[in-house]
Amino acid sequence: MRHLLGIEGWRREEIETLLDRAEAHLPRGSANASVLQGKVVANLFFEDSTRTRTSFEMAAKMLGAQVLNWTAAGSSVSKGETLLDTVRNIEATGPVALVIRHRSSGAPHLVAKHVRCAVINAGDGTHEHPSQALLDAFTLRKHWGKLDGRTVLIVGDILHSRVARSNILCLTALGARVVACGPPTLLPVGLKELGAEVTTNLDAALPQADAVMCLRLQLERQSESFFPSTREFSRLFGLNVARSEKMKSGALVMHPGPINRGVELAPAVADGARSVILEQVANGVAVRRAILEVCS
Amino acid sequence: MSAPILFSRGRVIDPRSQVDGVRDVLLRDGKVAEISEAPLQVPGAQVVDARGRWVLPGFIDLHVHLREPGEEGKETILTGSRSAVAGGFTAVVAMPNTKIVNDSALVTELVLSRARAANLCHVYPAGAITKGLKGEELAEMGELISAGCVCITDDGRPVMSASLMRRALQYSTLFDIPVMVHEEDLTLSGKGAMTEGPTATRLGLAPIPSSAEIVMVARDLVLLEETGGRLHIAHISCEGSVRLVREAKKRGLKVTAEATPHHFTLDDTAVGSYDTHAKMNPPLRLRRDVEALREALADGTIDAIATDHAPHGILDKQVEFEKGINGVVGLETALGLTLALVHDGVLSPLKAVELLTDGPARAFGLPGGHLGAGAPADVTLVDPEVEWAVDAERFFSKSRNTPFNGRLLKGRVTQTWVSGRLVFSDGQIKESR
Repeated sequence: MRHLLGIEGWRREEIETLLDRAEAHLPRGSANASVLQGKVVANLFFEDSTRTRTSFEMAAKMLGAQVLNWTAAGSSVSKGETLLDTVRNIEATGPVALVIRHRSSGAPHLVAKHVRCAVINAGDGTHEHPSQALLDAFTLRKHWGKLDGRTVLIVGDILHSRVARSNILCLTALGARVVACGPPTLLPVGLKELGAEVTTNLDAALPQADAVMCLRLQLERQSESFFPSTREFSRLFGLNVARSEKMKSGALVMHPGPINRGVELAPAVADGARSVILEQVANGVAVRRAILEVCS
Repeated sequence: MSAPILFSRGRVIDPRSQVDGVRDVLLRDGKVAEISEAPLQVPGAQVVDARGRWVLPGFIDLHVHLREPGEEGKETILTGSRSAVAGGFTAVVAMPNTKIVNDSALVTELVLSRARAANLCHVYPAGAITKGLKGEELAEMGELISAGCVCITDDGRPVMSASLMRRALQYSTLFDIPVMVHEEDLTLSGKGAMTEGPTATRLGLAPIPSSAEIVMVARDLVLLEETGGRLHIAHISCEGSVRLVREAKKRGLKVTAEATPHHFTLDDTAVGSYDTHAKMNPPLRLRRDVEALREALADGTIDAIATDHAPHGILDKQVEFEKGINGVVGLETALGLTLALVHDGVLSPLKAVELLTDGPARAFGLPGGHLGAGAPADVTLVDPEVEWAVDAERFFSKSRNTPFNGRLLKGRVTQTWVSGRLVFSDGQIKESR
């Protein structure tokens, strides 16, 4: 048993081993369909999610596990129960793994210090989303064979993005060059220390990229004045059709979903030939099966 | 009348008189009677063999939270006083942000009466700048000072209104007391949980930029220059703030500043993997800020080391990082962390002692802080050589929240004397009630 709290702390070989294992789960259901037979995986979602929750649920069931789906709404959390009390109570019912989504960065780390079963971070605050980064790396590896020497451009709200942090760590660990691009207000200090290059000029960066990963823009950031309007954001940092034509031939378009269509990504690009967005979702199940196998 | 006390042949370090050498110190009738280079023979005196020890003025902490009234589960005036004397402090200034705010003589009197009952160290109350610490109306400064407050502060919160802060400084000139300020522009710190930097980015924690502190220091120095008064900057933490204070002092402004042992020892990387024991306000800053604080302690820009002793219960810390309550207990680790600066060659022993004694006494105009004839008989004895590991479970404070648990420190308080009475000796509190 081990935890998956973040990509931080995982070595290249470990990531590659996990991705290899995920390969064995494609096509669907081909490997170890009963490895979690008779066991329970608890999905603890303190924050809303569709993709990640259903993907983990599907992965667990395909490994033969029962799934406890718990959400904060309507739970004792609304009565003021602490995070640790909540998870300790759920742990006492006997799951082999806790899959945790929480709005506070570091919440799974706190939990992992106080429970004995495996803790899998399904997205914590603005910190990490390791399973998303692994499925992104998996998707790129399927297209490219290996990531060494490739450039991935991550565009948008880097400051608040756990997807960006995990991807910077994961993709650079696998040998890719990662460039983070967005308005200065949404680029945190210290991205270089994480391993990314930084630019505010999307048009200049775009032709160098082998893949462009657009991030979901949280629209309420406009009211916090991180940028003047979604219209202006879209003009400067949205991947529209004209911009997508500046991309290298064969370059890929990615998005962790859900998409604000027409804001960070034009519908025609999201659904276009370069887009691997639905492949990402499909690969997510295989990657999460591998994660559950390794961690449970 | 009790017998005179003679500290014999210790290394006496008294910054005010610039003494650093082997001396005898005689206490008589609750005062320092004499410091002598030659051995003294005093018939009937209680002799304390201080060979191998440092004999120092009792330490003065300008910034502690004793939590009483209101949060006695975290600390009381009695337990806080025990913690103080165990750390070598003979006087502490108690912050007003208790759960009944000290914004009236009634609360000041309560604090003083509990301190008398504890009967361990001097407790000087600080009164609020604004009623209820709400930052809206001035508290009755005159009444607070008459009741025994030695300064006013809304510590824990800034006075966000520049106009109100201006009036507080203007009005304080009636009493010649320091206005102590927690410098934080709340619109800049926002929902931030730790200082802005690579660690905050790695951990995905909302960042607090240094400018949240620096712009308020700048504002208050401008107001100070315009109004007069005395400004004391609590827990200064950034390179930029230090630079402003250094310049202001050069221009002759009446500004003093304190730094905490955690800010001059730890940088933001101490947060590690979401360790709430390293969560404080102001947050632990970057390495260059730590270096700037050390330089400012050495060159006199910073006047005092203050602990910002902030006791909290385990449930305040065993939560998600952003929910964790700010603060760290500090009274019992302050000396060891200060001496680490001596071992690192940052401070001379004389300067280190000054920052714990004469510096704070002068900043607030308090008695003590030196061993001149007539000074209060407040003395701290230190074994400078003993190495020990911090064990939070053994704190005299009611609370255990420290990022220094397990840290090896060199130098420890062996005895604390307050008004000529031994109140702490070799790990034991000597209560007399």
